[in-house]
Amino acid sequence: MNWLRRGSSGGTPSEPLWKEEFSVRTADERYVTRRQLTKFLVLTSLGMFVGNIWILIRSLFYKVPVYPQQPVAQLGEIPVGGVKLFSYPTKDDHCIMIRTGKDEYVSYSQKCTHLSCAVYYSQAENRLECPCHKGFFSIKDGAVLQGPPSRPLPRIVLEARGEQLVAIEVKG
Amino acid sequence: MPTSNDRPPQNRGLTAIVGAMSLITVLLIVQIWLLSAALESFLSGNRHSALPAAIFSGVMFLICLGLYAFVDRVDSEVRGSENGR
Repeated sequence: MNWLRRGSSGGTPSEPLWKEEFSVRTADERYVTRRQLTKFLVLTSLGMFVGNIWILIRSLFYKVPVYPQQPVAQLGEIPVGGVKLFSYPTKDDHCIMIRTGKDEYVSYSQKCTHLSCAVYYSQAENRLECPCHKGFFSIKDGAVLQGPPSRPLPRIVLEARGEQLVAIEVKG
Repeated sequence: MPTSNDRPPQNRGLTAIVGAMSLITVLLIVQIWLLSAALESFLSGNRHSALPAAIFSGVMFLICLGLYAFVDRVDSEVRGSENGR
């Protein structure tokens, strides 16, 4: 292939690469710099392609996680408008549970989807707020109301079993 | 009145190379956008967009590679003709 050949321009084909890259002709310099920039751009393009392949491989080998069923609170343990913090599914995944009504509870991951700051519940505004960059999330479904986060908060699915609230799954 | 054929081969070669570089730059910008969109989609749990994104990115990379081959060929032809004078 011509474009892989060394010493492809001018002179003899066996001319070393350095003579081509550092030509004595001033006019040739424009070609060398442009060709090198083109090579750099194509290598960057290859990097983008490799990145997409990496995402594809991660997608193909993605395993649906199995979540544990974990009691997180007693029914009536927190007052209406009250908050309880807990960890689910691992002790490093901090979550926030809010009692929004007499028999209504919602729970979300406490990690902001922007830069992972801990969100807190603002009772006055009835929303979840991230103090770092003023990202606001809806209390109803965790959707982004304002600010830099582009994805909603992952929701923790709760189930009432007897007198206990049990976390069964993370959605989103 | 001078036409494009009257221009010296060095200038014609440079014009072709700059044109190819511009196309590569546009393709690269699209590829960067595609990668960020695919990553965002993957992180939000949608795993169906990874395959088309990878295919389009591969096609664009091949086009870039073809354009680089063109640049290299024009480069060697023009500089070869200059040196042969």
